[in-house]
Amino acid sequence: MASKNKLARLTLSVLSATAILATAACGSSSGTAGSTTSASTDASWSKTGPINYVQGKDTSGNVQKVIDKWNALHPDQKVTLIELSDNADQQRASMIQNAQSKGASNYDVLSVDVVWTAEFAANGYISALPSNLDTSGYLKAAVDSGTYFNKLYAFPSTSDGALLYYRKDLLDAAGLKPPTTWADMKADCKTIQASTPGIDCYGGQFQKYEGLTCNIAEMVNSAGGQFLDDKGAPTVNTDAAVAGVQWAVDAFKDGTIPKAALTWQEEPSRQAFQDGKLVFLRNWPYVYSLANKTDGSSKVAGKFAVAPIPGLNGPGVSTLGGHNMGISTYSQNKGTALAFIQWWNSPENQKANTIATSNAPTWTALYTDTDLTSQFQYLPVLKASIDKAQARPKAVKYGDVTLAIQDAAYNALNGTTTAKAAMDDLQTKLTALVK
Amino acid sequence: MAVTTAERTAPTTIKRKKNAFSDGQGALAAMLLAPTLLVMFFVTGIPIVMSIVEAFYRAKGGVDPNTGLVQTGSSFVGLQNFTDIFAHPSIVVGVYGSMDRLINAFINTTLFTVVCVVLETILGVAMALIMARAFRGRGLVRASILVPWAIPTIVSAVMWKLIFNTDGVANKVLGLTNSPILWLGDNRYSQMAIIIADVWKTAPFIGLLTLAGLQTIPAEVYEAAKVDGASAWQTFTRITLPMVKPALVVAVLFRTLDTLRMFDLPWGMIGPGKYSVETLSVFAYLEMNATRYGQAAAYSIVLFLYIVLVAFLFVKLLGADVVGDEELKAINAQRKRMRELHRKQAKASASVRTNITSGSAAS
Repeated sequence: MASKNKLARLTLSVLSATAILATAACGSSSGTAGSTTSASTDASWSKTGPINYVQGKDTSGNVQKVIDKWNALHPDQKVTLIELSDNADQQRASMIQNAQSKGASNYDVLSVDVVWTAEFAANGYISALPSNLDTSGYLKAAVDSGTYFNKLYAFPSTSDGALLYYRKDLLDAAGLKPPTTWADMKADCKTIQASTPGIDCYGGQFQKYEGLTCNIAEMVNSAGGQFLDDKGAPTVNTDAAVAGVQWAVDAFKDGTIPKAALTWQEEPSRQAFQDGKLVFLRNWPYVYSLANKTDGSSKVAGKFAVAPIPGLNGPGVSTLGGHNMGISTYSQNKGTALAFIQWWNSPENQKANTIATSNAPTWTALYTDTDLTSQFQYLPVLKASIDKAQARPKAVKYGDVTLAIQDAAYNALNGTTTAKAAMDDLQTKLTALVK
Repeated sequence: MAVTTAERTAPTTIKRKKNAFSDGQGALAAMLLAPTLLVMFFVTGIPIVMSIVEAFYRAKGGVDPNTGLVQTGSSFVGLQNFTDIFAHPSIVVGVYGSMDRLINAFINTTLFTVVCVVLETILGVAMALIMARAFRGRGLVRASILVPWAIPTIVSAVMWKLIFNTDGVANKVLGLTNSPILWLGDNRYSQMAIIIADVWKTAPFIGLLTLAGLQTIPAEVYEAAKVDGASAWQTFTRITLPMVKPALVVAVLFRTLDTLRMFDLPWGMIGPGKYSVETLSVFAYLEMNATRYGQAAAYSIVLFLYIVLVAFLFVKLLGADVVGDEELKAINAQRKRMRELHRKQAKASASVRTNITSGSAAS
């Protein structure tokens, strides 16, 4: 009796286990041939209809107003705003999720960070835009950042370059001009620290995150080095590249950069500058209006100015930031999506957006527009910064590349390894990744 | 006559009992549990099996050099994901010097588990002893002790991040504004920060479970101890601890398993890529973030097997009674007794048989 029950139970459990495995096996993907997204989706470039525009959190409050303008002009092609997290990694994860579920989240127009272009394009998350689009009026660096394998995948929208914020009051009192080389900057600091004790010299973002990649890229490029050469092969252990990293390592050792900067992201570094603890700060343009606020949050309101970042033997090279607009491969109404992108990034709309949000535009002529330069004094400096800016390494596996760069940089900066050893190690890792 | 016989032999509807201790409610119990089990099957069971299957596949990641596009689809790779975990050491420098990244994470995980659980247990039992006493404002004290447990881990991680900031409260309280400790850097202070935040959050959990155990101890036992002149320490070690041991061991087991898979505290507070506080669960997340789901599933399964091993050792060595089903224990004890009885009888009859000489074989 007991054995018969046992046998029945055993059979039932085996059958249910098989059933579960069978369901699971149906779900997992089998070894398909290496097919890639074909050009058959080109037929849908003429389809129009409602679409969704996806970007990170809108901190300016301006995006919905612009969308409402479009909706008034095109009531049959309504655009709906979908706001994602303000954390770049989470935005990327959400867009990848949409692509891997074949468009289940119904994303149409995506706001693509410049470093994601290669990954999104190679994996087929966004479609190549029609080749007859005119991008001649846009910043060359911005157009380049949306290009992959000579095809434009993401339309240039906003740009970003690093600026050197400096205490104009302290430099003027000492009779100094903003420095153009690192050695000049150190000398200026010595003079100022003699009369203003307790102030630190230079601050940046050296916490282990994407900001560290930006800062180290600037050190390397400003010393004349490159991450990748023209053919896309890694060249990070050249003397010039190591010299750039070595300067940062020495700056930490002799106190030019405070030790606390190893834990700084953009906001803590801005806070330190606003509290009057730094002479020089490397940061993005958004700090300008916040540091000028007269509501008591900033002790340096009206006392600072901006200059291009310094380099080893002359003015430095900034990292290129910014966002471009791409179209999801699984979007249904690509005609509307393309029209929306072009309308959003037309010169008039870019000018209005810049005035409302102080984001750097990508239409070249706007940088010499008198209305804008009178309101945003940093625009000419920013244009110079962006013109000379270099993009971070373009790689399909950018996530792994940036982790490797952060590893090498952080190890060098906190003294765990020497700069040369760290860059040699990075060269090996990048060679394997960027094959 | 026949009628009465029929009446007498008519079977009465007695529910058949599975065993001496069953109360005949098995069918009803099965029906009531069915919805929950069904939901668990779909939400947990199927994804776990799919994840195990996924661990044997790997996405083809090759980039076509002509079009720059990545090959789609995944191929079956057998155990390669698992062997790759152990076969490609990458040297990192953490608190213990330079070693393989996986071993570094393994040591971190084990260190956090041991130190955190020991501290939590001591603090938790102390909290339980306080909560068990009757005094004015006991309700308020109990509620305030339980607040850390009620806050989601990621929220407390961000909160402690603010406290341990270079300009934050921790450095100010310790008087270290001029030479601040970099709690959020990549050093042994980050490890201390993690341990402090984890113990703060989870000691109340052990306190709660121990309190439940304490409340099952009858008061007469304490009275008898007092009559016998036992000191407070003797009362604690000879009466309280042994009687609260079942609840305490279960609480410690849960906390150990939980701390072994700790992810949100180091990630949210210290950040990714910091090798002094990197735990084993980070690898699965990093692989998943790079859309390498096969490798991520393999890492998850390796961690799962490690945790299963620890749980198994716990149950076997410390006798943690996780299910606590009296009926089941009684049935198992009964079965054991019957088995011993049968074995003794078989031994006795075997020895008896050997003494009997076959009568027919004689002559």
